[in-house]
Amino acid sequence: MAEFEPKIIVFACNWCTYAAADLAGTSRVQYPPNAYIVRMMCSGMINPSYVLRAFEDGADGVIVSGCHYTDCHYIDGPVKCDAMFAKLKRLVHILGLEDERLKREMISTSEGTVFARVVREFVSELKRLGPSPFSSLRNSRKEKAVA
Amino acid sequence: MDEPRIGVFVCHCGINIAAYVNVPELVEYAKGLPNVVHAERNLFTCSEEGISAIKRGIKEYNLNRVLVASCTPRTHEPLFRAACEDAGLNKYLFEFVNIRDQCSWVHMREPERATEKAKDLVRMGVAKARLLEPLEEIEVKVAPSALVIGGGVVGMEAALNLARQGFDIHLVEKEPELGGTLRSVYKLFPTNQEATKLIKLFVEQIEKHPKIKTYLSSKVKEVTGFIGNFDVNLDGKGGASKFNVGTIVVATGADKLKPVGQYGYGKMSNVITQLELEERMKKGEPLGQNVVMVNCVGARIPERTYCSRICCMTAIKNASLIKESNPEARVWILHRDLMTYGVDFEKYQRRAMEMGVRFIRYSLESPPEVVGDGKVERIKVYHELWGKDIELPCDMLVLTTPLIAGEDNQDISKMLKVSLDEFGFFLEAHLKLRPVEFAMDGIYICGSARWPTDVAEGISQAFAAASKAAGPLRLGYVKPEAINAWIDEDKCSGCGICELLCPFQAIELQPRDDRRVSHVSEVVCKGCGTCSAACPSGAIIMHHFTNEQILAQIEALFS
Ligand code: FES
Repeated sequence: MAEFEPKIIVFACNWCTYAAADLAGTSRVQYPPNAYIVRMMCSGMINPSYVLRAFEDGADGVIVSGCHYTDCHYIDGPVKCDAMFAKLKRLVHILGLEDERLKREMISTSEGTVFARVVREFVSELKRLGPSPFSSLRNSRKEKAVA
Repeated sequence: MDEPRIGVFVCHCGINIAAYVNVPELVEYAKGLPNVVHAERNLFTCSEEGISAIKRGIKEYNLNRVLVASCTPRTHEPLFRAACEDAGLNKYLFEFVNIRDQCSWVHMREPERATEKAKDLVRMGVAKARLLEPLEEIEVKVAPSALVIGGGVVGMEAALNLARQGFDIHLVEKEPELGGTLRSVYKLFPTNQEATKLIKLFVEQIEKHPKIKTYLSSKVKEVTGFIGNFDVNLDGKGGASKFNVGTIVVATGADKLKPVGQYGYGKMSNVITQLELEERMKKGEPLGQNVVMVNCVGARIPERTYCSRICCMTAIKNASLIKESNPEARVWILHRDLMTYGVDFEKYQRRAMEMGVRFIRYSLESPPEVVGDGKVERIKVYHELWGKDIELPCDMLVLTTPLIAGEDNQDISKMLKVSLDEFGFFLEAHLKLRPVEFAMDGIYICGSARWPTDVAEGISQAFAAASKAAGPLRLGYVKPEAINAWIDEDKCSGCGICELLCPFQAIELQPRDDRRVSHVSEVVCKGCGTCSAACPSGAIIMHHFTNEQILAQIEALFS
């Protein structure tokens, strides 16, 4: 059987983390192709339902990332994101997902290497954890849909 | 809205994408995605050919959505959006998929998986594109005035240029006089013109220009608002002032590195920096018969890797000036590489050699050493060409140090919400596509605040920044992005959470019939989306980032 390759969704704010991911590219820092960025304007924009949906649909891990506190384009998005994240963390726990599957990061424009490292480490961590318990759910749902 | 008809344009980006992602396969894949009626590939989608391919595609296939899979929206989205607009398609019906910076360039060793990821990304993009909606931008009036921060020659040039175009200019300088760094410089390369004379020329024009108001010993304390309408608060010697401007030019220059502890600087009396040397030369103070200069002190080292660009020429200039005033003096320049780019600088260096200035190359691994007690007497250096250590007599040791980022840069960057690079200099939006512009609309950058520049370059940049800053002022209006919040009043319960959370005070509860509902000011809203993320009734729609669009993207990844 092929090695398990986790799928990761990264909710990234346009001004910092998205730019950091671009910088990783321009500096050709290599990292595994398991992460998919969904562009947000600000980390304060990340609706908890997006993260829940990602898990529901079968994401093995989710990263919520934006600017550092003082860099936010919209003043205090990261603070609001923190508040949302704290609630989310509890919800994810209640749902029975391992805490490690949900990560909060702050990665600035100049931190391309940090972005690459975060993804790289998350991929190995998720490989250790194995597939999300929800992804089997999704598979059976799909099968039902086909049947 | 009509049934979506999506056109997908995949860019090879030369080999940047195509060498790692199988582009033909990706195009075939895209053709099979829902609502995609056309897919093609271009060598460079951003080239003239690529752009006309998009326009042609829109007409030929009657596209009502366009998706480009290429580099990054941060640099190229405006270009592709403009192409859509030219072909009569609302620019918000365009979607960007990043398969270069976030795919081909970071998965170079795994081309197969990179191709699979690119397919996933395009599928996600198509899912969002299907749900895109056209948006209209509103016009915002622009105040016909500008703020220039920094009264060095670069800032003065920008101010003069804008004032001559008829705009009211507020020029702010933190020191009690205009002139900036050049005030401590003796003469300028490559013309050997006296710096004070140049400053005087500028100051005279500034002082007599009726459109320029200068604030000395003043600092910008607060800036709020956005392009067209920045409210500026100043703190200064003459008290606080307040005004409104349409655009802002940052020309705050750079600081000089004090090489404390290096080569005896600060401890030995005859060790000075180039700038201190210039002060002495201005006053005509004696320098001694033997002058040794060491370049790259504190520059191009592991902690500060950049080249400060102007230092080699500064050293050569000062060395030649010493030789000019005292041909008997002996002057050595110990350098690593010599950055004397361009015809004039090369000529200037050759002239210095002809005058007898001696150049000796050293390497970072074996830097020159100071010999002496309380005072430098000799300099020991490994002569690379001779392959042995030599000693030079030294009455004056001059250290050539780099410009470093201004100490106020951090504060200014926070105040204006503009970025700094890893060394603390200001970072423009894009080196080639948007030079002298910040990512933040309406704010521009020139001179050494951006990167060490000499006077001629700084002045050219001042012209560039001033002409960009004048654009919106002349037009009289701007159209900010239509990415903002919209309230579904029927769903709004009037709880007021959004009003509380909005960082820009763009939301206000207003009476409607017998209840109160939220109201968003389109002009003030910046589109951060915080309100919509927090709305418990799901009554706030973030245009261009709607819940449906984002959920569709997520769902598409796993379908
Ligand atoms: S803009 Fe990045 S977190 Fe707000």
